[in-house]
Amino acid sequence: MVEFALPKNSKITKGKEVKASGTPKNPRHVKVYRWNPDDAENPRLDDFEIDLDECGPMVLDALIKIKDQVDSTLTFRRSCREGICGSCAMNIDGTNTLACTKPIDEICGDIKIYPLPHMPVIKDLVPDLTQAYAQYTSIKPWLQNDSPVSSTKERLQSPEEREKLDGTWECILCFSCTTSCPSYWWNGDRYLGPAILLQAHRWIFDSRDDATGERLDELEDPFRLYRCHTIMNCTKTCPKGLNPAEKIADIKKKMVERV
Amino acid sequence: MPALEKKMILKEPLARVKGHGSAKDGVMHWIAQRLTSIALIPLMIWFVISLLMRLHENYHGFVAWIASPLTSVLLTLFVVTLFYHMWLGLKVVIEDYVSTPMKRYTTLIFLKFSLFFLATLSIFAILKIALGA
Repeated sequence: MVEFALPKNSKITKGKEVKASGTPKNPRHVKVYRWNPDDAENPRLDDFEIDLDECGPMVLDALIKIKDQVDSTLTFRRSCREGICGSCAMNIDGTNTLACTKPIDEICGDIKIYPLPHMPVIKDLVPDLTQAYAQYTSIKPWLQNDSPVSSTKERLQSPEEREKLDGTWECILCFSCTTSCPSYWWNGDRYLGPAILLQAHRWIFDSRDDATGERLDELEDPFRLYRCHTIMNCTKTCPKGLNPAEKIADIKKKMVERV
Repeated sequence: MPALEKKMILKEPLARVKGHGSAKDGVMHWIAQRLTSIALIPLMIWFVISLLMRLHENYHGFVAWIASPLTSVLLTLFVVTLFYHMWLGLKVVIEDYVSTPMKRYTTLIFLKFSLFFLATLSIFAILKIALGA
């Protein structure tokens, strides 16, 4: 059955409390999920008090400040700090988003930070995305075309054909959407999830790709595609403002067109 | 190292994701679910209004209504569509929430048999009245 409660060794306990040094002018509590694979402890929620006047505007700035000045063992992924690499996706204030583009002043009260939901945790805020990456590979995310390639000309695309890629090419594969989807939580081993289906859409609707039939064949499955029940958490949470739910609906329509 | 993994899995992630391949199934289920939904809108409205209009009727009045050809045909269609739609929907709910294979298939088989039984029972009742046995 679906597990609605956390297993015993995943129950979150109260962690340490660290006060800000001196007298902070603008104090704020950052509560961070911590879990270390090297000890046998349960995960815990550490409470760091920081001075917002001494901190950058984004949630990632707060995390970097804590790692730099308070607890260097705090572990999280980050790279570009401008919402283009997708590394710092995490659950902030109850919603999956990118720590680098989430302003602290959009959050009321304590800033609660957890790893992306329902994925195995490697350490602290770092989820194990192995399965999601394998699912990405499984949809063959590259151009497939049997027509001979001209040595002098590129494969051309009209502006109208190019327009069909809008809303999918912007995806940075941060998996905020996939890990917000209850269907993926319960059946992620077989359901591909919104991020991967949006990527599948990107190739199905590419006028230069001629493997549309094979791509649809691979997706036509009660679990791979049809586990999407249009819950729309994906669209609600996407930090890039994309609409994976609509793209999945497009794929389902394409399936009907060829019946 | 805490014992988090119940069993060790060394199969490559891509091999696990590819699994048994695509079932090449699902689009007919999707279409059938939508078509039965559309068909159930007028059928359900007709059914509810017809019942409400006959609240004052006694047993014989009801039986006479069911026995009329149009009513018995519409009722049969209503029952078939309703139970088919129910099967399509509940199947998905069970697949969503029951992941242990043995439990999943047992529940699905039990559900399918129950719905078939109830649908046949309803149709038989309608036919019995309609054909005046």
